[in-house]
Amino acid sequence: MVTTTPAARVRRRAPAPPSGTERRRRLVALAMLAPVLAGLAVFFVYPLLASVVYSFTRYNQLQSPEFVGLLNYRFLFTKDPQIGVAALNTLWFVVILVPVRIVTAVAVAGLLSRARSAAGFWRTLFYLPSLVPSVASVVAFVFLFNPGTGPVNQLLRLIGIEGPLWFNDPSWSKISLVVLGVWVMGDLMIIFLAALLDVPKELYEAASLDGAGGPRQFRHITLPTISPVLGFAAVTGVIAALQYFTEAAVASAVASGKATVGGGTAASLGYPGTSLLTYTEVLYVRGFASFQFGYASAMAVVLFVITAVLLVLTIRRVSVFRAKGISS
Amino acid sequence: MTAIAGPGELRVTVQLSRKPRKPLLWIAEHAALVTIAVLMVAPVVFVILTSLMTSNQALTASVVPNPLDWSNYARVFTELPLARWFGNSALYAVLATLFMLLSSVPAAYALAQIEFRGAGLVFTTIVVAMLLPPQVTAVPQYLMWSHLGLTGSLWPLILPNLLGDAFSVFLLRQFFLTIPAEYGDAARVDGCGEWRVLWTVIVPMARPGIASAAIFLFFKSWNDFYGPLVYASENEASWPVAYGLATFRGQHGSDWSMTMAMTVVIMVPVVAVFFFAQKAFVEGIALTGVKG
Repeated sequence: MVTTTPAARVRRRAPAPPSGTERRRRLVALAMLAPVLAGLAVFFVYPLLASVVYSFTRYNQLQSPEFVGLLNYRFLFTKDPQIGVAALNTLWFVVILVPVRIVTAVAVAGLLSRARSAAGFWRTLFYLPSLVPSVASVVAFVFLFNPGTGPVNQLLRLIGIEGPLWFNDPSWSKISLVVLGVWVMGDLMIIFLAALLDVPKELYEAASLDGAGGPRQFRHITLPTISPVLGFAAVTGVIAALQYFTEAAVASAVASGKATVGGGTAASLGYPGTSLLTYTEVLYVRGFASFQFGYASAMAVVLFVITAVLLVLTIRRVSVFRAKGISS
Repeated sequence: MTAIAGPGELRVTVQLSRKPRKPLLWIAEHAALVTIAVLMVAPVVFVILTSLMTSNQALTASVVPNPLDWSNYARVFTELPLARWFGNSALYAVLATLFMLLSSVPAAYALAQIEFRGAGLVFTTIVVAMLLPPQVTAVPQYLMWSHLGLTGSLWPLILPNLLGDAFSVFLLRQFFLTIPAEYGDAARVDGCGEWRVLWTVIVPMARPGIASAAIFLFFKSWNDFYGPLVYASENEASWPVAYGLATFRGQHGSDWSMTMAMTVVIMVPVVAVFFFAQKAFVEGIALTGVKG
């Protein structure tokens, strides 16, 4: 496969060391890993287990946790008026934002992989937007797309189109964030470009000689060789969309023009209407604005279960996440 | 699809690939490249242009600043505690990066270059920790820092890096894997212990990889919004710039020119660091998803 570099392939041919050395190596390795192992225990394993425990309690800053059984989960799945909307919005980002970003990134990477002159220049230029801090890019886009005097609607007016209200219209706000997501697709594009450049040119030439045209070459050569990267992009993209927060929260705060995001107030979250309310925003409000730690933990556990199922189903197919496939 | 061409045919195919492209295709491809380039650059251009307008002009339909008004860049520093927020961001990003390097470089080396039982389990745990949304563990972590009295500051976001950052360990390991084991083995035969192999053999060879991991974490910390929102939103004196920008827009209504000036000011350090270490950075991105 193209996913292993030559250097990785020649690794690990050292003869098996005697067992005393083996033990010492293991001790050294553990010493080197000690801080990270401690970090995993304190900041990952413990909080994960604690979230599960808290999720069965009523717990706020004033009183210690009180066991309430499945009450939080029952409220979450049957009564909470925000969860349904937030889950649907989040699902929307999973289903629309992720594929749109991937398709655009593949297309632009494909175009770049054919550019012979100044390829580095184009690559840098297309990559730069993804460097912009996400808060800054959201603020910029809300300005660019602001309905009254924003440059985008000005340009549309020049060609006789009255643009929509973008970030101020519930039926356009998510689309506006997809436009932003496409603008910052540079990191994905770089990954796909590296994969495309790894495809041996001889394969295309052989296919050309056999009379296979562009679409067939894409289907039978390009797609199979970049499919590990597609898997990586899909898995990480879906996980990112499940926790979609910053862009939505900042867009709501800026477009509504009235509220701050933090400071215990979350008045603008979801604006316009509830069109940008995401699952992790509700979790944030419950946990850190109204300090319902038990209920927020239940929401965290549900998010964990969804992500874990996704990972169990897919992680083995993504080569970079496999421990064995790389080192052998 | 046929088998790969033999040596004789290969020369023919190389010849074929050098034949000039069809001019129409060349024009179409470059038209597309230029169009994308314009779409990528235009937002930044509009942001910069607006940052140079007076507040009143920014509310009009005009595109070119007239007169050129540089005062917005002064006003964001005088009317807001922007210098302080800048300092907070710098402290957050620099310390987090240094702490991560201290803890994660040896760990990544152990996972990539030392063969020991249990390495697979540790690596898989790190991958899962890296991929799970941070919100999953956020509540107990918040309570921990709250008991330590450190909420209201950025320390809950800085200190954990002393105990490693999952993504950084993952990325560094990917880089270290590309260094053939023979280099380390040669040093070991000469009597070097693992720490010396790491310092004298691997670190010098992996400098671009280490730079790339450092830049990634620097950017992630500089751009972080969710972390400061959870831990520092109650205390304005500890805000980083990214958080300050989101809040500032709310307070000052529609002063777009000042907002855009602040947006530019936040972008500058990131773009500067990028051009400083562009090659290492681009390699790093490719390595997260492709190689290894």
